[in-house]
Amino acid sequence: MADDDVLVSARGLEVHFPIRSGGMLRRTTGAVRAVDGVDLDIRRGETLGLVGESGCGKSTLGNALLRLVVPTGGSVTFDGTDVTGLDRRALRALRRRAGMVFQDPFASLDPRRTVRQTVSEPLEVHGLRSGRRERGERIAELLELVGLDPAVADRYPHEFSGGQRQRVGIARALAGEPDFLVCDEAIASLDVSVQAQVLNLLRRLQRRLGLTLLFISHDLSAVRHVSDRIAVMYLGRVVEVGPAAAVGADPQMPYTQALLSAVPVPHPSLERTRQRIVLRGDVPSPAAVPSGCRFRTRCPYAFEPCPDVDPALQPVGAPGQLAACHLHGVVGRPVRRAEEAVPAAE
Amino acid sequence: MTGAPLPEPAVSPTATEAGVPSTARTSRPRWRETLVLLARNPTAAVAATVLLLIALMAVFDETLAPSGPNEIAVEDRLQPPSLEHPFGTDDLGRDILSRVVLGAAVSLRVGFLAVAFALVVGALIGLLAGFYGCWVDDVLMRFMDILFAFPAVLLAIAVLAVRGPGSGNTALAIGIVYVPVFARVTRASVLGVREEVYVRASRSVGASDWRLLTRHVLPNAAPPIIVQTSVSLAFAVLAEAALSFLGLGTQPPNPSWGLMLAEGRGFIDLAWWLAFFPGMAIFLTVLCFNLLGDGLRDVLDPRQRTLMAGSGR
Ligand SMILES: Nc1ncnc2c1ncn2[C@@H]1O[C@H](COP(=O)(O)OP(=O)(O)OP(=O)(O)O)[C@@H](O)[C@H]1O
Ligand code: SF4
Ligand SMILES: [Mg+2]
Repeated sequence: MADDDVLVSARGLEVHFPIRSGGMLRRTTGAVRAVDGVDLDIRRGETLGLVGESGCGKSTLGNALLRLVVPTGGSVTFDGTDVTGLDRRALRALRRRAGMVFQDPFASLDPRRTVRQTVSEPLEVHGLRSGRRERGERIAELLELVGLDPAVADRYPHEFSGGQRQRVGIARALAGEPDFLVCDEAIASLDVSVQAQVLNLLRRLQRRLGLTLLFISHDLSAVRHVSDRIAVMYLGRVVEVGPAAAVGADPQMPYTQALLSAVPVPHPSLERTRQRIVLRGDVPSPAAVPSGCRFRTRCPYAFEPCPDVDPALQPVGAPGQLAACHLHGVVGRPVRRAEEAVPAAE
Repeated sequence: MTGAPLPEPAVSPTATEAGVPSTARTSRPRWRETLVLLARNPTAAVAATVLLLIALMAVFDETLAPSGPNEIAVEDRLQPPSLEHPFGTDDLGRDILSRVVLGAAVSLRVGFLAVAFALVVGALIGLLAGFYGCWVDDVLMRFMDILFAFPAVLLAIAVLAVRGPGSGNTALAIGIVYVPVFARVTRASVLGVREEVYVRASRSVGASDWRLLTRHVLPNAAPPIIVQTSVSLAFAVLAEAALSFLGLGTQPPNPSWGLMLAEGRGFIDLAWWLAFFPGMAIFLTVLCFNLLGDGLRDVLDPRQRTLMAGSGR
């Protein structure tokens, strides 16, 4: 893959939240490894679906890509620039080019600000269309773009339905003319009928504006049909990534297979041939990630190398498909067993 | 009010409740709606009206007072209430009604100045502590704890001892006593609002901390602070009276309700009206500020408001 095809790229990205003991001294007693060594490339103009169970770190990854949380390790590159060490100015410029649509449209709009104030905030922050009239025109344009009547600009969020509010949220995210949009469960909390509308709006906008989308969802079936590629996340790590068709039809990582076997298949013949994997047990806590392959405590195929070698993503299956599983050959970093060992460089 | 202890700063009960993150989501922005709901609450409406009258009285004191407050007429001294002197006269023959009217200006000015000081300083401290957390929070709030731990009277007396008596310094002393209260109320409220998704959403489009604080956090964290302001005004008026009663606040011959109460104490069995009318003025003002505070709490409490306005999420 040519490098200038890639808009956003994560390498060894880590976001660890310290767990602190109470009391005055607040010693750090451990860490929640919300994002724990993610390698991911998002290509210009594509929709990448990011799926995984609740708590696996999807939101944290999305936030880290936008530098809304500061990574504790690794790097994020946006359009060729490393964003981990940006100063205030550069960070503001990044915020203009990369935005976010949030899950709950009832929580993501300030109840005390009108739609106009909300949508105009990015314009004010970045000094865009600073004339009063031009700004008004731009706001009307944005509201029309997301399918809202510009006449509602002076209403407050509580006067709108969930779907309408989400459109306001999308208008805000688009105000700075971004290249990249993270949609974090952007339709999950909407009524089913409204979900389709908002989803169509997002796809239409993407085509029209040439947006690159990271579409986060816990539901693989919902993401399959709207994504060009899919990345599957488990316990803070991307464990499989590839073209949506390949990952959806022929998953190479047991966890993805398990996710898919929970999805009903419309073709009876396909349904019959498909092997069912039922997950055992619960997701381990991200504060105590299993050694080696993090999926091994629930994997029906776990074998000797799994606890000892942390599997790396390797090309398997269809072109462009990557999976982290020793079933395709043991590739990865051996586990450092003793914690007292000197932190070796790899 | 013998002994006249300076009331300890009281944290209004909503202070902590309103810190719950979910509350801000249903709150409504419009002042008109707040006023309408407040007007529907009869107790609060009456309290607000009485306070408005007292405030008007304080503003137009010179015009309203039947005679000069410090006009001595020895031949008229210690007259019981009559048509000529509805509240009677004091030991120097001064008209008590006039002095109560003029005392309103002194008492309310000190009360407002004190609360304004406490509000500005305390809310700023609470805002920074709540928003930034970490060591900013630790340093600021430990400082507030220390200030809070001082007995209120002692703190006020110390301030007045250093800066000398007088109404400006009284306001400052009372204000300092109430700074930690506002800091705590504000911090608790900000802690809830800070985590709101809309704050993160604003950050995601590039809003600066200053913008987040002034446009999003403060407006949404305001309701409990407003309630606290009303409740604190009651206490500040009471505190001014207490300090004046102790001889540390307003200095004679200027009228202040607390000072008049102190001066009237000596005549309590001889001429009850000397202490009675300023005492009633204090009582009424404090009561109304408290009732208004309760009313505001009901109206600004989002859950309550959602119930009344009938518009759930
Ligand atoms: N600010 C934080 N401090 C501490 N832990 C956090 C923080 N944010 C997230 N976490 C933890 O990190 C893990 C990943 O959280 P994250 O919200 O990224 O998951 P998610 O995949 O988006 O889940 P969901 O589908 O429920 O939204 C969780 O265990 C969560 O508790
Ligand atoms: S590496 Fe081992 S434990 Fe992990 S998914 Fe593959 S087989 Fe299962
Ligand atoms: Mg999430």
